Parts: sequence; structure tokens; C-alpha cells
Amino acid sequence: MRIMSPLIAVLALVLLALVAAQGPGGQALVGIILPYLAFAVFLGGVVSRVVNWSSSPVPFRIPTTCGQANSLPWIKQNKLDCPSTKAGVIGRMLLEVLLFRSLFRNTKAEMHEGPKLVYGSSKFLWLFALLFHYCFLVIILRHLRLFMDPIPSFVAALEFGDGFMQIGLPVFYQTDAIFLGALAFLFLRRVMLTNIRYISLPADYFPLFLIMGIAITGILMRYFLRVDVVAIKQLTLGLATLSPPAITGQIGTIFFVHIFLVCALLIYFPFSKLMHLAGVFMSPTRNMINNSRMVRHINPWNDPKIKPHSYASYEDEFREFMVGADIPVEKELPAQPAEEDAAKVAE
Amino acid sequence: MYGKGRIIPALILFLGLMTTPIWYKSGDVSKMPKPEKPKDYTECVAPVQYMRTSHMVLLNEWRDDILREGGTRVGKTANGTEYVRSLQNGCMKCHSDKKKFCDTCHIYASVKPYCWDCHLQPKEAM
Repeated sequence: MRIMSPLIAVLALVLLALVAAQGPGGQALVGIILPYLAFAVFLGGVVSRVVNWSSSPVPFRIPTTCGQANSLPWIKQNKLDCPSTKAGVIGRMLLEVLLFRSLFRNTKAEMHEGPKLVYGSSKFLWLFALLFHYCFLVIILRHLRLFMDPIPSFVAALEFGDGFMQIGLPVFYQTDAIFLGALAFLFLRRVMLTNIRYISLPADYFPLFLIMGIAITGILMRYFLRVDVVAIKQLTLGLATLSPPAITGQIGTIFFVHIFLVCALLIYFPFSKLMHLAGVFMSPTRNMINNSRMVRHINPWNDPKIKPHSYASYEDEFREFMVGADIPVEKELPAQPAEEDAAKVAE
Repeated sequence: MYGKGRIIPALILFLGLMTTPIWYKSGDVSKMPKPEKPKDYTECVAPVQYMRTSHMVLLNEWRDDILREGGTRVGKTANGTEYVRSLQNGCMKCHSDKKKFCDTCHIYASVKPYCWDCHLQPKEAM
């Protein structure tokens, strides 16, 4: 059920788009109004989530220490996994954002006969996640050809590289196939591995199905059903320059399904786990310098009137009561007065 | 809000990147490519809408049929006009100016067909 409801939701979106694309009013709604709305929700949502996150203080240093911290000079520090300088943190973040370094450390746990628990390296998730994200990036950048005129040369270069194999006409893009393959892996991983299936929620499946829907409609549009690209570029360029033209009706239905699903993704994005787009930059376990033994960090909301109270002065203040309650103390009560008391009693 | 010094510039950068197509100076948007149509002929080998979306598929079909299956060079339009199934001797016979016909849309949509890797380019384009 956790897998069926997101599937049904995506199919319902497709159906809705198919119905809307039948009339000129629906086409204008899906082709012009919805994209603007979705883009505004996406930008506004991302900004508000980030601002919301940044209003939470992170008063203490909480970097994940994945290696030897800065210590005595003869102990070698792991400068990337336990950075004590800004440069180290920048290096750590770059590797994290560009190469998913923490995913590279992904391990698997298996139970063997014995019973014996065995841990092993598991790089497939890292590999396919990397392929998925980079293909998605290339695909998004390739789409700039529909939103810019004249087209920047790097977009043309990307297209050339992507269609390097010159298979078929229109030329086949390798990223399309790798993207679908990686998506299939990410989906099958959730379905086939029982422990992953157990923790998978509709919020995990929905984005997968939605992105699959976008990829499949895009592939259908390019290679199988084929649409009038010039008519589409007229619309998309109009959208990008804030002067959308009237939709002439020569654009195929599949285009409206594609753009409808993209809009759904944009609207869903800021309110979902997809916000790791911004979250990866803001995660304090990665972006903080591990220097708590070199720099004194003061909690921003501390009351300046409350002075530091060390344990030694605490014990000085309460030693009598501590001794009375049999709590061990570092410095015993002075012996002198006790003897005087005993002398008084004797008198 | 904490970390303003880093988060606000990052958000501005994000918004700037996302809205690139809006502030990118796109040329005259209403200017659609107008491929020059041949004056002497009124009918193409297939309906206009099909030619717009799928002419590349047709060219591939001709190539496969003629070169690999030994198919005929002669085709007939819906009205019975005979034509040569060939890029250089068929298509380019009517659409003789590559620059004014092919290139208008291809440049607009950033499509770089590799027809001319092998075929001789028409003289106008040289």
C-alpha cells in the first residue's frame, strides 16, 4: 500500500494532464499559468525553508568526526574527515556535494550462518546516486535550449557530447538511458531489499515515480511520439521572457503531460525530502569546523549576567552540604574547626 | 536568522541561477523561424505537420529502405506527383537553399543534424 498510493497519485496526475490538454483553455492552464505558479512556489518554498532552517541556532560544534582530530604534532590529523580549518571544511563540503563522499562510505550488514554478522562495503547506491544526479543535471542544462535564444555554447557542447554515439534520429542522448537505469536501480533497491522496503514510505516512492513519469514522457516526446519543437520553443521562450504567446494547438498532448508532471515536481519539491538540494549545504555535521578545543564557542543566548561557575568554586560553595550528604568531594572540609567543636563539647 | 553572511548571498546566487533564462537577453521572442518555402511546388512528400515533427525519421527510413533493403528511389505524394527519395536530389531540389530552409529552424532549436558529415553541402552554404 505504501507503494501503491504514490503510484496511483502519479497516474492520476498523468490522467489529469491528459484531460486538461484536450481543450485550449486547459492547454493555456497547463502550459502557461501552471508553470508560473509552480516556479513561484518552488523558489518561494526553497527560500522559506532555508530561512526557516537558518533561524535555528547551532550553538555547539557538532561535526561528525570521521577521522583523527587535530591533536599532538606527532599524531597525523585526517584533515578532510575531521577538519580543524576553514579550508578543510571547504574541501569536505566540495567532496560531499560533488561526489557524495559520505554515501561512498555506505556499508551493508549481512547475517551469515553461525550466526555471524558481517559488514561489507556497498558502493552501488553511491554509484547510481551519482549517475542519477549528474544525468539529471545534464538533462536540465540541455533543456536551456528551449528557454534561451541565442543558445549558450555550453548547452550546444553538452548536447553534442550527450548525443556523441549518433544513434538514430532524433539523435539518442546517453543521459536519457543512464538516467532511467539509475532511477530503476533506486526504485528496485527499495522494493527488493527487505530492510530498505521496511523503512520506505510513500514520500520515498512518490518522487521516484514522479521523476520516472517525467523521464518517460520526455523520452516518448523526443523519440516516439515526436512534437513540433519550434512551436514548443515559441511557448517556452515566451514563458522565460514573461511574454507567453497564445497556444496554437499544434503542440502534442504529450508535451502537456510532461510539463504538468514537471510543475507537480516543482510544487512538491520545497515540501519534501528533495530539499536535500539545499540541506546538504546546511548540514552542521558536515559544514562545521571541528575546533572546539582551540576556540571558545559561546552560546549566543547566554545571559551575560550569569558568570561562569567552575566546579571548584561550586564545591567551595556547597562543600559542607556535600559532606553532610556523603557526596565525595575533591577537597575535604578543613579539619581544624571540627576539633574545636569536639573540644567545646568536651568542656 | 543565523549565518546571514553566508546564507543570504547563497540564496541570491540560487535565485539568480534559477532565473537565468528570464534575465538572459533573449532576442526578439516573437520572431519565429520562417523557413523559405519553394515557389514552384505546393505539396511536400507528406503532410506539413508530419514533416515538421518527423522529417528526420522519414530520411532515416529512406536511407534504410534504399541502401539496405534495395528499395525504390521513386516516391509518390498523396496527389500522385512523383519525387526522388533522396536528400540531395529530392528534398534539396525544391528546398534548394539550406541556409534559408533547414538552418532557420535547426539553429532556433539547437539541432545539429549530421546529414552533411557525408552528403555534399549545397553550394550556397559553403
